[in-house]
Amino acid sequence: MKHTEFDAVVIGGGASGLSAAAEMSRGGASVAVVEREETLGGILNQCIHNGFGLHQYNEELTGPEYAERCIRDLDGLSVKVFTGMTVTLMETEEGTQLLYGFSRESGMVRFRCRAIVLAMGCRERNRGNLGTPGTRPSGIFTAGLAQRLVNIDGMVPGRECVIVGSGDIGLIMARRMTWIGARVRGVIEIQPYPAGITRNIVQCLRDFDIPLYLSHSITRIYGKDRISGVDVAPVRNAGGEASGAFHIPCDTLLLSVGLVPENEISRKAGVRLHPETGGPVVDARYMTSVTGIFACGNVLHVHDLVDYASEEARHCGQAVLDYLSGVSAGEQLRVGAGRNVKYVVPGRFALTGKNRFYLRSMITGTGARLCVRLGGIEVLRRKLPYVQPSEMISFDLAADEDAISSRFTTGGDETDLEVSLEIPEKEGA
Amino acid sequence: MMKRYDVVVIGAGVSGAAIARRLSAYRLSIALLEKEIDVSFGVSKANSGVIHGGFHHSPDLLKSRLEIQGNLMYDKLQRELHFPFRRCGILVAAFSTEEMRIVQELYNRGVANGAIGIELCNGDRMHMLEPKLNSDVMGGLFAPGGGIVEPYRLVFSLVESAVLNGVDLHTNFDVAGVEKSGKTGSEDREYVLHGSDGQSIRGRWVINAAGLFADRISGLFGAEDFRIHPRKGEEFLLDREASAHTGRVIFPVPNPVSKGMLVIPTVEGTTMIGPTALETDDKEDLATSSENFEKVFYSARRLIPSVSERDIITSFAGLRPSLEDGDFYIARSEKAERFVQVAGIQSPGLTAAPAIAEYVKDLLKQGGLELTEDPDYQGEIPAVPRFRSMSLHEQDAAVKADPAYGNIICRCENVSEAEVVAAIRRGHTSLDGIKFYTRAGMGRCQGGFCSYKILQILRRETGLPWEKITKRGRKSWIVRERISPAKTS
Repeated sequence: MKHTEFDAVVIGGGASGLSAAAEMSRGGASVAVVEREETLGGILNQCIHNGFGLHQYNEELTGPEYAERCIRDLDGLSVKVFTGMTVTLMETEEGTQLLYGFSRESGMVRFRCRAIVLAMGCRERNRGNLGTPGTRPSGIFTAGLAQRLVNIDGMVPGRECVIVGSGDIGLIMARRMTWIGARVRGVIEIQPYPAGITRNIVQCLRDFDIPLYLSHSITRIYGKDRISGVDVAPVRNAGGEASGAFHIPCDTLLLSVGLVPENEISRKAGVRLHPETGGPVVDARYMTSVTGIFACGNVLHVHDLVDYASEEARHCGQAVLDYLSGVSAGEQLRVGAGRNVKYVVPGRFALTGKNRFYLRSMITGTGARLCVRLGGIEVLRRKLPYVQPSEMISFDLAADEDAISSRFTTGGDETDLEVSLEIPEKEGA
Repeated sequence: MMKRYDVVVIGAGVSGAAIARRLSAYRLSIALLEKEIDVSFGVSKANSGVIHGGFHHSPDLLKSRLEIQGNLMYDKLQRELHFPFRRCGILVAAFSTEEMRIVQELYNRGVANGAIGIELCNGDRMHMLEPKLNSDVMGGLFAPGGGIVEPYRLVFSLVESAVLNGVDLHTNFDVAGVEKSGKTGSEDREYVLHGSDGQSIRGRWVINAAGLFADRISGLFGAEDFRIHPRKGEEFLLDREASAHTGRVIFPVPNPVSKGMLVIPTVEGTTMIGPTALETDDKEDLATSSENFEKVFYSARRLIPSVSERDIITSFAGLRPSLEDGDFYIARSEKAERFVQVAGIQSPGLTAAPAIAEYVKDLLKQGGLELTEDPDYQGEIPAVPRFRSMSLHEQDAAVKADPAYGNIICRCENVSEAEVVAAIRRGHTSLDGIKFYTRAGMGRCQGGFCSYKILQILRRETGLPWEKITKRGRKSWIVRERISPAKTS
């Protein structure tokens, strides 16, 4: 076993891990990045479509180009990279963290460090999670696995394809499958609204005349060896039976039914997870329930744009630098999701400096207002042109907002911030 | 010149595998035929994996005797073959005085069968034995000798042991036709078995352990006429983290048709609930249905209230090969020479399998087959160490000895490249074969990440092109072809 020591170890060498590592290294910390795959860049490497980097680099990049930027950002910094290495265990020992990693090349490596940044990204929900009845033939792929087979290996998964779920990866794959000569017979979405961002609905489905069936689900899978077709039915409303079920023959089924933060090792290390995000519960400086373990990017909550993940990772890197240099976290308020909000990340508000929050809506519509209340008193109100669950919302809140500081000088005992989305009554929700 | 065997075993499920392995201890040439791409891929793969306690069936059935005997053979078998097995004990939970009366009958049966350590329990003792039980359980039965195995791993290791001792395994061999040569009753009388793809082998003795298709095989040999009735069972598998994971196998009080739906803590730490029992007439009908979902969860929650739909990682169905009278049919054919029937092996077939093998060996001996012990017979197979069950110290040593242990392929179940390669070198060359041998792809993400890596290792180790790799043989291809500029628009 080899022994190494760093100030901070980042688990995951995708966009988030690399951004956090660069930030910490620039701040003078000694940093290692441990990446499971043979190359850095994470899932970006198989996302050969463009649309990345508009916020971070002010230009439109493909996934591999964005990954390359992240990797180049490490140039001149002394970040130590371990690829092909999987971390199997994290342990906390008197204020220091121990990690155990395994790779073909380095064998077993023990890392001793003061801070860990979790940046393992997420995985796709699969057929088992869906519980669709029927047979278990080959030809059922998560959209990401199919994307990898097509874009990395140049293979055609099949010729007649149905896509379940209108998540972004599924939409991107609808277009990709069409381009490699397959026929995409439909995208089936259980919700009454698309799960992916609007840009992808337009550019990947409408431009190719691929039907999108909203409020539909697949009810049965057929095929003995290879999948031969699926039954599709409208989702039953409260009224009972839905009519209009139909069968689509296909030899390939792609699943794009949501992403789940990958927290296998976090859980084993005692990191508390959030029931709504599936990621760790973190405070205002992205620290989890285990002192010295931080989290950012898709392992914390699933982002719709990589740019947001990078941004969050840099904030997280800054927070780790503060932690390493012994800056106290100061007082923090609890932050909670109020009306129509699925979750808010982070779950704490620091009474020093600027706080940036990310949230997801549970409603779809125009004219919604974002309201932040502290102990029932409104401290922030903003009009949002349009909200829907698939588009992440972010906002900044500074601790020196009058309402917040006065609240504290007057010694209010209600110390909770509540974030809500409200639609004026007359327009209906 | 096609090879001629002393004994041909048709069907490499748990019965056929156990028989082939038992006979491999003698100086015999043996062939084990399996129509699927891998062994256990018929009936055995979907078995619930319960090693039964010997109290469900009446003492006058053959299967009760073999169940008790088989159960007692598992400890030695596991020491030799290293498959996952644990004697965790079985509880039968009763909710009423009416049900307690049936439990009393089960107890009497168990005692008559000779089940070891079986006892009746009051409500308090039941809850002490299994704290997760529904508080309404008022009593029941405890069979400490019951347990759990991974059924496919058991079959894999039985076959591995058989092959190590000289048995020839032929997968993808679907017996489609039979000829007889030599004179009836003479020493040189033998069978020629033709596979549907044109391969043929010859054998003097044939064992029919063909599971769901034992009736068809019997017909091909001109032996007894009977019908195998498939009875479908659906099961759900819950995540390792599920709070419903019990310490013991929990049964409801059975009805005349089935032992009921159970809560099973698998040896590998997941929880299985089911199976249903439904007659079907299609021997290939392995579809799950939405109606049964409700049924299974209702029944499981009644036993263990913390069973939650949120924990499902997958569901599947299997078929039991049952006969009309419900007993095993293990006998030398009265119509076809040197032909042994091993049919109707439904529950408790897995438990009975080692005893079935012993029983069949005796039938062959009585039938005149000469059995000479082979001095070179090795009962034990080499173990493949599993990364996930090693201590840090052992992991360190394993990686030093073989760097492939350092390459973690399946992140949910912590399976290393070394284990995947071991599976392939033992003949498991389909994605499902590797999954069942290593557990890669059996965890939370169900192969989302590791399938790709396994495809790559398969290509490297076997030289198979992309298009030839399958999920489980036949036409279960994974990818169709390379992208070609001509076909894209």
